[in-house]
Amino acid sequence: MASPRVLVLTGHGINCDEETCWAFAQAGGEAVAVHLNDLIDGRARLADWQILVVPGGFSYGDDTSSGKALANRLRHGLRDALWEFAAGDRLVIGICNGFQVLTCLGLLPWPETRAAAAGLTHNAQARYECRWVRCRVEDSPCVFTRGLGTIRLPVAHGEGRFTAGADVHAALVAHRQVALRYAGPDGAPAGGRFPWNPNGSLDDIAGICDRSGRIFGLMPHPERAVHFLQRDDWPARAAALRRAGEPLPEFADGLGIFANAVAYFA
Amino acid sequence: MAHRIHVRAAGADARAQARKAAIARQFPGAVVEDLRLVDNYTVVKDLAPDELERVRAMLTHPVTEESAADRPLLPPRFDWSFEIAFLPGVTDNVGRTAREGIGDLLGAPFAPGEDVYSSQTTFLAGRLARGQVDAIAAAFANPLIHHIQVRSAEEERAGAAAPYIPRVALPAPAEVAVVDLDLPEEELLRLGREGIPDPRGGRRGPLALDRDSLLAIRAYFRRCGRMPTDIELESLAQTWSEHCKHTIFAAALDEVEDGLYATYIKGATAAIRAAKGKDDFCVSVFRDNSGAIAFDDEYLVTDKVETHNSPSALDPFGGAVTGVVGVNRDAIGCGLGAKPIANRYGFCLAPPDDPRLLFRDKACTEPLLSPRRIMDGVIEGVNVGGNCSGVPTPQGFVCFDPRYRGKPLVFAGTVGLMPRTSAGRPSHLKAARPGDVIVMVGGRVGRDGIHGATFSSEALSSGSPATAVQIGDPITQKKFSDAIIKEARDAGLYNSITDNGAGGLSCSVAEMARECGGCVVELDRVPLKYPGLEPWQIWISESQERMTLAVPPDKLDAFTDLMARRGVEAAAIGCFEASGRCRVRWHGAVIMDVDLDFLHDGLPRKRLASKAPPRPAPDEPDTLPADLGAALLGVMARRNIASYAFISRQYDHEVQGGAVLKPLVGTGEVNARATVVRPLLDRRRGIVLSQALFPAYGDLDPYAMAACAVDAAVRQAIAAGGTLDRLALLDNTCWCSSYEPERLWQLKEAIRACRDFAVAYGTPFISGKDSMFNDFAGFAPGGTPVAISVPPTILISSLGIVEDVARCVSADFKAPGDLVYLLGATRAELGGSEFLAWWGAARRGRPYLGSVVPVPSARSASLYRAYERAAAGGLVTSAEAPGLGGLGAALARQAIAGGLGCAVDLAALPEAKRLNDAELLFSETPGRILCTVAPEARAAFEECLRGEEAVYVGRVTEDAEVAVTHGAAPVVRAGVAQLAEAYRRTFEGF
Repeated sequence: MASPRVLVLTGHGINCDEETCWAFAQAGGEAVAVHLNDLIDGRARLADWQILVVPGGFSYGDDTSSGKALANRLRHGLRDALWEFAAGDRLVIGICNGFQVLTCLGLLPWPETRAAAAGLTHNAQARYECRWVRCRVEDSPCVFTRGLGTIRLPVAHGEGRFTAGADVHAALVAHRQVALRYAGPDGAPAGGRFPWNPNGSLDDIAGICDRSGRIFGLMPHPERAVHFLQRDDWPARAAALRRAGEPLPEFADGLGIFANAVAYFA
Repeated sequence: MAHRIHVRAAGADARAQARKAAIARQFPGAVVEDLRLVDNYTVVKDLAPDELERVRAMLTHPVTEESAADRPLLPPRFDWSFEIAFLPGVTDNVGRTAREGIGDLLGAPFAPGEDVYSSQTTFLAGRLARGQVDAIAAAFANPLIHHIQVRSAEEERAGAAAPYIPRVALPAPAEVAVVDLDLPEEELLRLGREGIPDPRGGRRGPLALDRDSLLAIRAYFRRCGRMPTDIELESLAQTWSEHCKHTIFAAALDEVEDGLYATYIKGATAAIRAAKGKDDFCVSVFRDNSGAIAFDDEYLVTDKVETHNSPSALDPFGGAVTGVVGVNRDAIGCGLGAKPIANRYGFCLAPPDDPRLLFRDKACTEPLLSPRRIMDGVIEGVNVGGNCSGVPTPQGFVCFDPRYRGKPLVFAGTVGLMPRTSAGRPSHLKAARPGDVIVMVGGRVGRDGIHGATFSSEALSSGSPATAVQIGDPITQKKFSDAIIKEARDAGLYNSITDNGAGGLSCSVAEMARECGGCVVELDRVPLKYPGLEPWQIWISESQERMTLAVPPDKLDAFTDLMARRGVEAAAIGCFEASGRCRVRWHGAVIMDVDLDFLHDGLPRKRLASKAPPRPAPDEPDTLPADLGAALLGVMARRNIASYAFISRQYDHEVQGGAVLKPLVGTGEVNARATVVRPLLDRRRGIVLSQALFPAYGDLDPYAMAACAVDAAVRQAIAAGGTLDRLALLDNTCWCSSYEPERLWQLKEAIRACRDFAVAYGTPFISGKDSMFNDFAGFAPGGTPVAISVPPTILISSLGIVEDVARCVSADFKAPGDLVYLLGATRAELGGSEFLAWWGAARRGRPYLGSVVPVPSARSASLYRAYERAAAGGLVTSAEAPGLGGLGAALARQAIAGGLGCAVDLAALPEAKRLNDAELLFSETPGRILCTVAPEARAAFEECLRGEEAVYVGRVTEDAEVAVTHGAAPVVRAGVAQLAEAYRRTFEGF
């Protein structure tokens, strides 16, 4: 089986494209960073790819609030191609700034409406936060989190506080669209407590998917948690493993997200 | 006409809450009951009602925001408002993004004269007087870059006041002037000091040209048979500035004929490289925007650390942003271009609670920003500069001394990565060729930063030009950085590249012109932010986010096409040539025509003499504290030792995925003294970074101060897993009043120490930067003159290659039962220590200086090599290089980081009988490494360290207590939680 073709968007201040390509490659995907302008100019065609990634970064410097400006550029630049891609048997993932973009576009949580129904706003502490968090994989149709348990991933954002109206929130829960929650040390939802919930997100929501499970957005950065030596606690774990005479693992928790996407096309 | 769109948070607004809390902290007397924020867009463009509605919708997130167009969006309850907008010409990134978005949305770009301006309104509810609101507004704005409008609720509700539109309106540019240098000496000197007389009155701002320089320029133009034009004189002033030519470092000083820089810094590197022979890892040193060393067979790493002190004093946020994005360009402009892979920062600041009120002018109308304001601003600036650029910021420090009150020191560094070859060429080499087109890419040119280079070569005073303030635009830079580093470089589309930093085009083009022997520039072709700039201003403007490239004519189309597709503005502004001249044209006329040799080498060399200052009187305490446990808690809470995790956490240190040893260590989140990044995720090789400075030692002994900085920068890297075989250094010398013979003596001592210890350790300097006039001459309330100079400060940064990052060693204690070793001798060296500073502050309200400061030993190299072997063999489970706070602080840090305690007996130290317990615990003696070893590795570890001073002093314990004894006598018993509380308390709430 050929590995799926992964388009990792770049340009306009996106800045996690290289490590995201690398993460997909580790999982067996064939990932290429493509400048958004090349898609708009027709030098590259969205339809030629199977997975679309809107990676992390600071598109347009978060000016006019995060994700908004890049979402507008995608909406006006790609038009129907974007919605057709999302409607097909393909996968879309938005990481951090990419998640903000997908919610601004309305690709999440309900792409069929083409309207924003949830958002990510300034962290409750009103400051950028870079730290590792524990995430609970919830029961959901999400393709990317299939079979994963509790995973440790880093977050790094200033506007990651998941926000939605009560009705939207209820619908997301009812349709099992909450794919990822921030968790405490015991693996239970963080209950809004900082730093486990690093931004004050509603209901500890760290990631959501559409109802098909093919479109996924999350604030944490799985591409920064692919390799064991990327973990924040690797020195302590390595010391313990060495003491026990055991080898160091090669990978970390983030790999599963990418492996699931690749496996979807196997 | 102007449309106004107002946007606010739909629900809870975290930014508004943070601002309310900040007001409560800063203005305890002002009761603000409610605070709301509204972001405004002033759109100067004719929009039909449906277009306006679409624009409003585009600028509003339907879930998290609500908005109104052309009608006020007032909160239900408020008494006052203040609106902060940018002054004309100040970089407005939000306005620019909105303009681009609106252009896309409507399918119609903005015409000249049309634009979007952003501003923010703060609504306050509470019983406040107008004067209080004025003061609150001033705390969130900077009069150098912001326009403030305070309105009462009645004024706000009455509405309909014409919106403030910060359009730049400049009079038509004046003719190029010829400057008469045949002046009486006093007038000539005034010209150098205050600048060229402006035909509209006043002076244009400092040229910072001294007598010798002015006479050399006059003689040159006499030989040419004419007087210089204004642009020629401005250009020479830029190129010859202390900032660009480092005249003091280059001057003959006493017996050091070739100057400190050539003799000691470059000299050390030459000697080390020669000694290393085939193991020399330096590739490009001192000649480019960054230094470069070998990473592996395929890649090079580059490094540069800059200072941005004067701009940060005026506008801390803007100064720090431009510091970061500016030094990123030192990577992008190194060789054919390196990708920025890690940022460093460093802030030398006055204590944030320093109450002194100071003014730039005698009339006391221009106050200095408060130390807290400067601190918050520079921290936020590095946040925005680094995070928005997608460059991780793993490494940094804060350092406090009241003498940084006049001018803070803001260090920003960038490590870069580039392949050894690119498009078939060695990528660390570059040369413009005659015929190459001069292309400027990135931002446009405005009046920003005019006289930045000459300004930073002077002390801060009321004459400092406000145009020295710039705000960075990381996204414009990110766009061209990607286009150049990821595409144009490897397609071989240019022959040379450099950064537009100090001096703008005048320096970048003239510098590249040396590579081929000349240039001719058509200034009319330089893209401008707004009309009305005079040609000399275009030439020396320091508008940010620009690079200059030499593009061969046959590749120009491909290059400009690529830039256009990446949304990067590129303009061909002239040609490189072999004429031997630097020529500039404007409206068809040659307005500058100077020999390149004179431009670069006509600057007369100075001859300076130094004089040793009297040694400060010994300042020893008459008694030492009885309770050293309390002392340890006090020392851990010192600002120079306490946790600054709140800074590390707001800087993205994980982007690019390469963070290995991160800025916060262990479960206790202790600030790391060294960090390790892996720039290529498919290999195990990494880069270790550290920084060190000890300004507190300088008063007693500047040689020791610099020697300790070299030692600590090296030792911290070694402790983390680096090796002396592949460790390079960078120096940043920030001095004061540098023409005073006593200051020069201190400088000479410090630089001599840099040479001595770089050579002793075999760690070459590869790049550096100096900043010589960090002085403030101003006034206290009432107009009393006040002069504050920074303490002479030398920052040493290290950059090393680590063979296998999995063998790196972090500082956190790993397991109970591990053996604690102290490597290296401890001496009675409490002079300038944090312990004496704490004890003095506790007893008499000001630090004790002590008398004996630490001096490292050249013999430490063999100890470091022995430790390296142990670490590479996997024998070390944790390590820390004791620094400020000595052994005591090091034990506490390792314990806090690991969440484990330790039991240590000072009697084990060979010096135990000669030194008292305070000296054993708090002496900041260099040359030491504190580390732990698993019991089963004991024999192998001791074998590695045979012949070195390596003392087993105790064990890691489970009982979460740092217990230090001296034989049977208890010295310290402190809970790890208690220590952690002290360590974290100082910057709580920052």
